[in-house]
Amino acid sequence: MANLKELSKNPERITSGHRLCAGCGAGVVARQTLIAAGNIPVIVTSATGCLEVSTTVFPYTSWKTSFFHSAFENSAATCSGIEAAYRSLKAQGKIKEDIRFIAFGGDGGTYDIGLQSLSGAMERGHRMLYICYNNEAYMNTGIQRSGATPKGAHTTTAPAGKVRQGKEQHRKDLTQIMAAHDIPYVAQSYIGSWNDFITKAQKALAVDGPSFINVLTPCRLGWSYKPEDTMELARLAVETCMWPSYEVENGVYRINVKPKEKKPVTEFLKLQGRFKHLFKPENAHILEEIQKNIDEKWALLQFRTEAGCRA
Amino acid sequence: MIKTIYSKGKIVAKTGNEVMAEAMRQIEPDVVAAYPITPATEIVQIFSQFVADGVVKSEYVAVESEHSAMSATIAASAAGARAMTGTSSQGLSLMWEMLYIASGLRLPIVMAEVNRALSAPVNIHGDQSDTMGARDAGWIQIYSENSQEAYDNMIQAVKIAEKAKLPALVTTDGFIISHCMEVVETYPDADVKVFVGEYKPDRYLLDIKKPYTLGAIDLQDYYFEHRYQIAKAMIDAKSIILDVARDFEKTFGREYDLYEKYMLDDAEIAIVVIGSAAGTTKVVVKELREKGIKAGLLKIRVYRPFPSQQIVEDLKHVKAVAVLDRADSCSGAFNPVYSDVAASLYSAGLTSPKIINYVYGLGGREINTEHISGVYEKLKRIASGIEKPSNQVEYINARIK
Repeated sequence: MANLKELSKNPERITSGHRLCAGCGAGVVARQTLIAAGNIPVIVTSATGCLEVSTTVFPYTSWKTSFFHSAFENSAATCSGIEAAYRSLKAQGKIKEDIRFIAFGGDGGTYDIGLQSLSGAMERGHRMLYICYNNEAYMNTGIQRSGATPKGAHTTTAPAGKVRQGKEQHRKDLTQIMAAHDIPYVAQSYIGSWNDFITKAQKALAVDGPSFINVLTPCRLGWSYKPEDTMELARLAVETCMWPSYEVENGVYRINVKPKEKKPVTEFLKLQGRFKHLFKPENAHILEEIQKNIDEKWALLQFRTEAGCRA
Repeated sequence: MIKTIYSKGKIVAKTGNEVMAEAMRQIEPDVVAAYPITPATEIVQIFSQFVADGVVKSEYVAVESEHSAMSATIAASAAGARAMTGTSSQGLSLMWEMLYIASGLRLPIVMAEVNRALSAPVNIHGDQSDTMGARDAGWIQIYSENSQEAYDNMIQAVKIAEKAKLPALVTTDGFIISHCMEVVETYPDADVKVFVGEYKPDRYLLDIKKPYTLGAIDLQDYYFEHRYQIAKAMIDAKSIILDVARDFEKTFGREYDLYEKYMLDDAEIAIVVIGSAAGTTKVVVKELREKGIKAGLLKIRVYRPFPSQQIVEDLKHVKAVAVLDRADSCSGAFNPVYSDVAASLYSAGLTSPKIINYVYGLGGREINTEHISGVYEKLKRIASGIEKPSNQVEYINARIK
């Protein structure tokens, strides 16, 4: 458990004044990650995307720590290259300090175009933390569907129309894919609970090997809701089990937030414009199917946890 | 017995791939990230054995694709490491996006490249379509006629790239050089290390006392100037390459330039070519000279930066020139080397020499002395006015109508 009093002493390594939207979750993820790192020097890489373009408009930067970006699909390969350079230079005595390596990518850069690069880097065992700030679509290019977009959501490339009702497929379960890599630490988290996320980031950074966190990060523009509701929406995703908070530590599953009362998924969906069309009477079956899918996934996660399953 | 040029040199029998790996062992970069691809695989395979045996201190990152190979190499270089990679053909194509980023971020990466045809149809044999396609990527491109040049070029490329702050690739023709056993003179490790020197980047990510952001977004207000700086660096690289060549000659005794002239000074007809075909051409030139025919050769060693002003001085007296491209641009017009040579001559205000363009050797198709003799025959007829130069691309040893 992270301690707020102690965390408050940690340096702020991303400045305000960046150009992310009001209510954007990505800035929160970046800031809390760096707070979690404490005083340890870190080097950050990022996939092309909202976080990158909004924090590094030349000649300005929001990063007080070294930050590197090169392309969209390679945040993990990039971070692995820096980590390899670090190991080499450290072994040669050219670097003395302990440094940690953090890669950021949105869901497009992680679930889709960057999946190969991520899988390779994790398999190679680089000591790095990869954080997917998952807002469930390609938001930087203007809300296109990704492999992380949930079924039924309206996006500009899987829009709700006269004969189709948004994305027709369920999203892929990337957290499970990463758990299947048998890396020491995999977690699913959300913004809306600093403690949940920072605790996980600290655990991940302490691991001597690769680690991965998939953090649900609402996008007020893409999800279409009021900017002040970002934290509330992320919490509702967890309370409805749409996005369970759990971790897989050395292969062992643990659910971190067990909702006292599992709310119906519509409680989460109804606040967002991207799901508005699902509430027409003729689309009731889609809502039912989403609920069924969420229930099944939640039951499976509970089963894995209770059975002491290893990934 | 073959004698060494350098007093402490050693004569060995090695393939092109083996000498490139040998140069990499002696350079001993901090990081190598690579992915296997025929016919370049051997280079990094041999190098990974050096790592496994503890012969080098380098970190070897066995990535899952060439895109990640270039991404990791770029990142390692940005982090402050001397970083290298190797690839060929489809691998270079998969790196495409990242090649431009390597030069855009001004990272002095060195790549051992083996020239191979591009798909489709898939073909593993030698032609220069791969690196010719990357000619606008902002990489210094150094081509090798044989294994000795490949070895020497690799050693020089490290210094060139680091001084020019541009990435550099050194190529050999696939199989013809990469897999052909040749006599090569290698130099002692210590001497190579002294020549290459220690890498001291001005600014790097791992320098945590001076954190900085690299890879920021440029809008309309900065992008143009930053791209211009790359173009300018490429122009400035010409004198850097010549300086390094002079140092190299002073140390190891072998002479290098941006291009090589072979019996060109008084030539009436000449071929311009890149890579291993220059060796074949030299044999023909010698034969023709014995018959009293004033044939010559200009072998491009450094294709990027292109020695535009320099070659004009050495070609302007020639009556007819054939430029041989081992790549087809499918442009509906002409091919890369021809276009650069023709533009260089025309921009200098010259109306001579007459200049024709051939494509040869695609997908490893044979190019022999008879083919080259045929080109000189044609040049003779053009030079004497019997035949008019074709304004269309011609093909050597291909079944075309």
